[in-house]
Amino acid sequence: MDAIFLQFLNGLDKGGAYALIALGLTLVFGTLGVVNFAHGALFMLGAFCAVTFNKFLSYELVVLDETKKTAWGTAVEIRTPYIEAWFGDFGTQILNYSVPISILVAIPVMLLIGVSMERGLIKHFYKRPHADQILVTFGLAIVIQEVIKHYFGANPIPQSAPDIVSGSANIGAWLGLSDNIVYPWWRLVYFGFSALIIGAVFAFLQFTTYGMVVRAGMRDSETVGMLGINIERRFTVVFGIAAVVAGLAGVMYTPILPPDFHMGMDFLVLSFVVVVVGGMGSLSGAVLAGFLLGILQSFASMNEITSIFPGIDQIIIYLVAVVILLTMPRGLMGREGVMEE
Amino acid sequence: MKQMLSREPFALLAFSLVILTMPIWLAPLGANYPDLLQKFTIYAIFAMGFNILFGLTGYLSFGHAAFLGIGSYAAVWSFKLFTMNVLPALFFGVAFSGLFALLIGFISLRRSGIYFSILTLAFAQMCYNLAYSVLTPITNGETGLQLTLQDPRIIDRALAEPGKGLPSTELFGLSMSGYSGFYFCAVVLIVCFFISRRIFYSPFGLTLRGIKSNQSRMNYTGFNTRPYTLTAFVISGMFAGLAGSLLAVTDPLAGAERMQWTASGEVVLMTILGGVGTLIGPMLGAWIIKYFENIFSAFNPETLQSFFSFLPEGLRTVAVDVSSLFVGEGWHLTLGVLFMLIVIFLPGGVMEGWRRITRRFGGGSGTKPASSPNAAVQPAE
Amino acid sequence: MANSVLHVADVHKSFGGLQALSDVDLNVEEGTTHAIIGPNGAGKSTLLNVCVGRIKPDSGHVVFNGEVLDAHTPDEINQLGVSRVFQTPEIFPDLTLLDNVMIPAFAHRDGSFSLRPFSKLRHETTIRQEAEQVLSDVGLEALQTREAASLSRGDKRRLELAMCLIQRPKLLLLDEPTAGMARHDTNRTVDLLKTIKARGMTKVIIEHDMHVVFSLADKISVLAQGRIIASGTPDEIKGNPKVQEAYLGGAQ
Repeated sequence: MDAIFLQFLNGLDKGGAYALIALGLTLVFGTLGVVNFAHGALFMLGAFCAVTFNKFLSYELVVLDETKKTAWGTAVEIRTPYIEAWFGDFGTQILNYSVPISILVAIPVMLLIGVSMERGLIKHFYKRPHADQILVTFGLAIVIQEVIKHYFGANPIPQSAPDIVSGSANIGAWLGLSDNIVYPWWRLVYFGFSALIIGAVFAFLQFTTYGMVVRAGMRDSETVGMLGINIERRFTVVFGIAAVVAGLAGVMYTPILPPDFHMGMDFLVLSFVVVVVGGMGSLSGAVLAGFLLGILQSFASMNEITSIFPGIDQIIIYLVAVVILLTMPRGLMGREGVMEE
Repeated sequence: MKQMLSREPFALLAFSLVILTMPIWLAPLGANYPDLLQKFTIYAIFAMGFNILFGLTGYLSFGHAAFLGIGSYAAVWSFKLFTMNVLPALFFGVAFSGLFALLIGFISLRRSGIYFSILTLAFAQMCYNLAYSVLTPITNGETGLQLTLQDPRIIDRALAEPGKGLPSTELFGLSMSGYSGFYFCAVVLIVCFFISRRIFYSPFGLTLRGIKSNQSRMNYTGFNTRPYTLTAFVISGMFAGLAGSLLAVTDPLAGAERMQWTASGEVVLMTILGGVGTLIGPMLGAWIIKYFENIFSAFNPETLQSFFSFLPEGLRTVAVDVSSLFVGEGWHLTLGVLFMLIVIFLPGGVMEGWRRITRRFGGGSGTKPASSPNAAVQPAE
Repeated sequence: MANSVLHVADVHKSFGGLQALSDVDLNVEEGTTHAIIGPNGAGKSTLLNVCVGRIKPDSGHVVFNGEVLDAHTPDEINQLGVSRVFQTPEIFPDLTLLDNVMIPAFAHRDGSFSLRPFSKLRHETTIRQEAEQVLSDVGLEALQTREAASLSRGDKRRLELAMCLIQRPKLLLLDEPTAGMARHDTNRTVDLLKTIKARGMTKVIIEHDMHVVFSLADKISVLAQGRIIASGTPDEIKGNPKVQEAYLGGAQ
C-alpha cells in the first residue's frame, strides 16, 4: 500500500513535465495546425536557461591571500562568487535560489525564442503538409541540440534545488499513513508548479477574450480569420506561450534531471505519445494523458511488476499508446477529423 | 536516350554499370575505399525500401530502424549458430524483419496520418528499449552482439576444423571484407533496384500511388487498401532487414543503437533529400549523407587550421571557430541545417532540383510534364 | 414492374438531434434514371452516403440487386457494382488523367485486392486503350498526360465520371454532376449521360438544375426534411402541389 502510494507520487512530477510539454504541443497544433518536433528542444532550452543563469551567478572573484601558503608555496586562492562578494549573504541566497529565480530570466528569453521561431520559420509552414512540418522542425531540433552540445558539452550538468527544499517531505506522517512515505520536496514543488502553470494556461484560455479567440481558432481558424480578427498575430503569441510553458517546465526540472543536450528529444518522443494518447488537439486530453502516463510509468517500474513482466517499465508508455490508439482511434479526448487525412 | 533508359534491360544495365564502377568514378572524390562504398550500397537499399512505403503510399514511418536492427541481429545470430556464409544470414535477416514488419504493420496500419507515425515510433522504441534491457540474452545489451570463439557455428564445424581466432564472413570461401564485400553489396543493391523498379512500374505501384493521392477515393473505387499498404510495409521492412544484415555481413556486430529513432529519422532524411517517390532519389540521398558524414566528421581543428591557412590570423580564428561547429562531432549540426534547407527550399529533393535544371536548359515545351512514371513509360507507341 | 436494382427500405438516420433521413423508401428500377431533388439540407447527399456505405443507417436497409448492403464496406459495395460521383470531385490530384482512369479499371478487373507487384504497367494495353476511350467519351482525351490537379472544376467532374464509367457499374450514383459547370459544359454532360442511359445503365442523380433533371429523369423523388414527399414521373411531379409547397414554402 505504502509502495503504491509512493509510486503514485513518483509519477506526479514526471507526469507534470509530460503534461506541460504536451500542453504546449497541443496548443500549437490546435491553433496553428503545426506539428512541432522542435518543442522538446524548447524544454531543453529552458533547462539551459537555468544552467546559464547559474553559471553566470557563479562567476568567481579570485583573491590571492599572501599570508597563507599552499604546500607548493604559492598564495592560497580564495574563490568567492562575485555575487557573494558584492551582496554578502543576500548574494549567497540568490545563488541558492538560482533555479527558481531563473524563471524570471527564462520567461522573456523563451518568449523571444518562441516568437522568433514562429516568425522566422514556422509561419512559412502553415500551408505545407504535416510531413514537411515534421521534417523541418525535426531539423531545427537537431540544430538547437547540436549548438547546445557545442557550448555546454555532452555531459549532464547537475543543478541543485534551494537548500530549504532539498530534503524530503514525510508525507506519510502528514496523511497518517506510515512513516515510510518520504518524498523529495522538490518533486512536490514541481508538481505544484506544473499544476499552477496548467491552471494559468487554462484560465487564460477560458477567461480572457484573447483566450476565447484562440479557442475559437482551435475549432475553426478559417471562420475566425474571416471575422476580421488578426489571427496571425495571435498565432505568434500562442507559439510564444507554448515556448514559455515548455521552457519553464525545463527550468524547474533541472534539479530532478541534470540537463544534457538530448533531454529535449527524449522528452519530445514521449510527449508526442502523450499528445496522441490524449487526442490531437485536446488540451485537457494532453494534461490527463501526461499525468496518466507519468504515473503508469512509475508503477511499472515497481519491483513487484518488473519481476512478473521484465522490461515493462521500459515500454509501458508505448504499450499503452498502442492499446489506446487501437481501441480509441482518436485518443482519450480527441475530436473527429483531426489529422486523419 | 531517355526513352532507351525507360526500357527495363537498358535501365538495369546502366544502373549496374554505375554501381559496379563506383570505385572508379568515386576516386576523385576520395570516397573509393571499401568501407564507405559498402555503406553507400547498404544505406541505398535501406532508403530505397523506405521509399516504397513513404514514397508510394505516403505513410510516414518513424520506426523503420527497428527492422534494420532486427536484420542485423538475425544475421549475427546466423553467423554465431550456423555458418559464416552470408547467404543464410541474409535470408534470416530478411525473414525476421519481414515477420516483424507483418506484425507491426498489421497493427500500425489500422491508423493513418500522424497516428500511424506515432504507432511505428512506439514499436521501434519498444524494440530499442527491450534490446537494451530484458532481451540482453539475445542482444547482448549495451555491448552489442558479437562473434565469440565459443559460438557453436554448427554447419561450419561439421565441414571443417575451426581455425584460430574469430572467423570472418564469407561467400563460399570468398571473404566478405574489402572490395569483395562491396561487390557483394553492390550486386544485392542491383537486385533491389530491379525489384523496386518493377514495383514502381506495376499496377500494384500505381495502386499505392492512388492510396497516397486519395485513400478514400480508393475505397469508393473498390479497393481494399489495407492489404496493399501492408504489403508495401512488409516489403520495405524486408529491404530494411536486408540492409541490416548486410551491415552485419561487412562488420559482424549488431547494437541496439541501430534501432534508435534517430536512425529512423536518418532514413527519412535520406529519402527526402534525394526525392520522395522517385526511383533513384533516395539512393542519391543516402550517398550524399553518408559521403558528407564521412568527410565532415573526419575534420578536426588542425585540418581546419590548414584549410583556412590562406586567411590572415584574426579572420582565420573566426573561420575556424565557426566552421568547427559544423564538423567533427558537430556533423549532426550540418545534417540538421541541411535537413531544414532541403525541406524549406527544395521539398522535392535532389531529383526535383535536377528536374528544374533540365527543364530550364532542356525542353521549353509548354505542357507541364506529369510526375507519374506512367507518362515516362509510355513513349509514343 | 421492372426489376428493382436498388431498394432503400425504411431508412432512418439522425445526427445528434437532427433527423437527416426518416422513413425513406425508394425503389430504383433497372435501366432507369432516377432523380432525387429537394431543397438544400433535405438529406439528398446523406441518402447517397448511405447507399455507398459511407454512413450506416440507424435503422432500415439498403438492398442492391438482392444483396443487403448494411454490413458491407465501401470497397465491397463498389465491387458489387455501385460507383459514385461525389459532390466535390474525388479524384487522384497528383496523378495523370490516364492513371486516374486506369486505377478504377484495375479495381474492376482484379477485385478489391490482387497482389502482382511485378507485372508491368506497360503491358496493360487493353486497360490503357479502354481508359483512353473513356477519356475521349467525356471529352478529356487531349489532356490525358496532365496532372489531374491542374484541371478546372468542371473537368474534374468529368474525370470523376470517367473513373466511374470505366468500371461499367450496374448502378451509377451522381451527386450534382453539373454543379459549377458552364452552360456549354452542362449540355455536354447531359448529352453524355443520355448516351450512357442508352446503354441501359441504372442511375440515381441528385441535381438542382431542373433543366437537367427533366431532360434525363424517368422518375423523380422529392426529398424534404429527410422525408420523401413525392415520387413519380416528371409530369406527375410537375403538377404535384406538395412539391411546390416544399420548394416555395421552404423559400419563404
